[in-house]
Amino acid sequence: MPMKFTKFAFASLTILFLVAPLIAILPLAFTSSVILTYPIPSWSLRWFEELFTADAWRRAIVNSFIIGTGTTLLATVLGTAASLGLRNRLIFFRGTIRTLFLLPMVVPAVVLGVGMQVLLGGFGLTNSYAGVIIAHTVVAVPFVVVSVSGALAGIDRRVELAAESLGASPITVFRRVTLPLAMPGVLSGAVLAFATSLDEVVLTLFVAGPNQRTLARQMFSSIRENISPAIAAAAFLFITVTVVIGLIVILSNVMRARRR
Amino acid sequence: MTDFIRFDRINKFYGPLCVVENLDLGIAKGEFVSLLGPSGSGKTTLLMMLAGFERTTSGTILLDGTAINDVPTYKRDMGIVFQSYALFPHMSVGENVAFPLQMRGMGKTEIAERVAKALDMVQLSAYAERRPSQLSGGQQQRVALSRALVFEPRVVLMDEPLGALDKQLREQMQLDIRDLHRRLGLTIVFVTHDQSEALTMSDRVAVFNKGKIEQIGTPRQVYDEPATRFVAEFIGETNLVEGVVESLQGQEATVRLPSGAQIVSAVSATVSAGQSVYVSIRPERVDLTEIRGDQLNCLEAEVTDSVYQGDHLRVQLHNPSHPLIAKLGRRSREFSPGTKVFAAFSSGDCRVIAP
Repeated sequence: MPMKFTKFAFASLTILFLVAPLIAILPLAFTSSVILTYPIPSWSLRWFEELFTADAWRRAIVNSFIIGTGTTLLATVLGTAASLGLRNRLIFFRGTIRTLFLLPMVVPAVVLGVGMQVLLGGFGLTNSYAGVIIAHTVVAVPFVVVSVSGALAGIDRRVELAAESLGASPITVFRRVTLPLAMPGVLSGAVLAFATSLDEVVLTLFVAGPNQRTLARQMFSSIRENISPAIAAAAFLFITVTVVIGLIVILSNVMRARRR
Repeated sequence: MTDFIRFDRINKFYGPLCVVENLDLGIAKGEFVSLLGPSGSGKTTLLMMLAGFERTTSGTILLDGTAINDVPTYKRDMGIVFQSYALFPHMSVGENVAFPLQMRGMGKTEIAERVAKALDMVQLSAYAERRPSQLSGGQQQRVALSRALVFEPRVVLMDEPLGALDKQLREQMQLDIRDLHRRLGLTIVFVTHDQSEALTMSDRVAVFNKGKIEQIGTPRQVYDEPATRFVAEFIGETNLVEGVVESLQGQEATVRLPSGAQIVSAVSATVSAGQSVYVSIRPERVDLTEIRGDQLNCLEAEVTDSVYQGDHLRVQLHNPSHPLIAKLGRRSREFSPGTKVFAAFSSGDCRVIAP
């Protein structure tokens, strides 16, 4: 019994430790005060209004959406293609190539950022949406590769062989069998890619111009300029969007599993 | 008779490892041929090459007179049943069976009609809307079977299709598949490592060992007239007795055992006088008597153990040259250990095999 209690207490404390920053910031989104501090004098939605009307914030939200969508599409397509390719046992140094794909996860973002600025500058892509999307894609692809590879590993190779023997060309096998079976992995990869892009600050600082200011970048700069509770409102928006997307994926996977 | 399927000098190497060696095999239209052998004997590899999943290192595979080496799997028109069922988990049973028909661009009404018929054939009409995971193993394999037959393929390939099922179900499915083969006139190539399955179902059995066919023939031929020691030991149980050929008389040979006793036996292989050989004696062909009978072959022996196994009595014997096993019908009397007996069998009940 005491052991059980200790475990429970430890787990609760760990969770509290992880979500404490969120608990600290989220209520401030609803403050009526002009400064980002406790206590909250009275509740208000004024900062959400500010978020959606102030030009800088509105553009940041739109930019985040554009760049997030672009990154998701590009990273999902590239990551899925890479995972499919990495299934082929005949590829030399398959393990090494796989590690290379995952490298952006561990390389310091600052280093990537500097490299990216030099490289994209050479192509004239700094200060452009394309440039930011490319930069975000580099760090988002590993998440897609991990998630899609996992889904592909769960597919019985003989199911694809059976489809081929029944008259399906390789493209049809992919469209009708492999892709539908890997879909849960592709979807969660896409969500992770979107979340990565939404959250990314360092590369954006190096690559984006004033016109590509994303929500995360805007929060970063505004917290130094003026500590307005609009940041808390933006954070709230952030969390909500992430949680909603996460729930959609979980729900669709549950529904899919139930249909089987 | 021209062969419908013809393997012509097939070789298959994985790097330096030879899996199939210079193999020739012809299969007639409408024939049920089993490829039987232990794992690693090349039988599955040969099936995979016929299906188009593996390429031959050298040699030609002909289907109805046309070389198909370079024809991709999806154009070969072969139905394949795997041990793991390999059903599409994201489609219903009906959609699974409809898949090959959709691939052939058939109209919706015709597909519905054919799917209904194919599911009816395996008694699964009531399950069309279910997902494969909601069915038992035997039901899933029947879905796989109807999916492989619904498009009337030119050849049906089966890779240990009953391996994952329990014994009773497996025996039922063996008879079902044999029945389908006869009714529909299918050409079936069936891979298995289970000798009784191969004997039950096939028109002919090809016994594989180390990438080669040791013997091919009807179930009766491979069981009663094994050509090699491997075949005699792999198919069924047998007593292998070593000896030296003394003389040959037409289709029979006289073999002297180390104990001095003689066996007169039918001959499967080409042997010459003076050669050391094995004689294969099936345990169920051996009779035990307490007085020397009038049968040609009569070996003195002593009972060491006797086990009642329900449908037969299994008696272990010690003979000056070799231990022997006899399987006696259930009406046989008991033999207690220590009893002196004669193991008797006719010359047609044993075979001389080259070592």
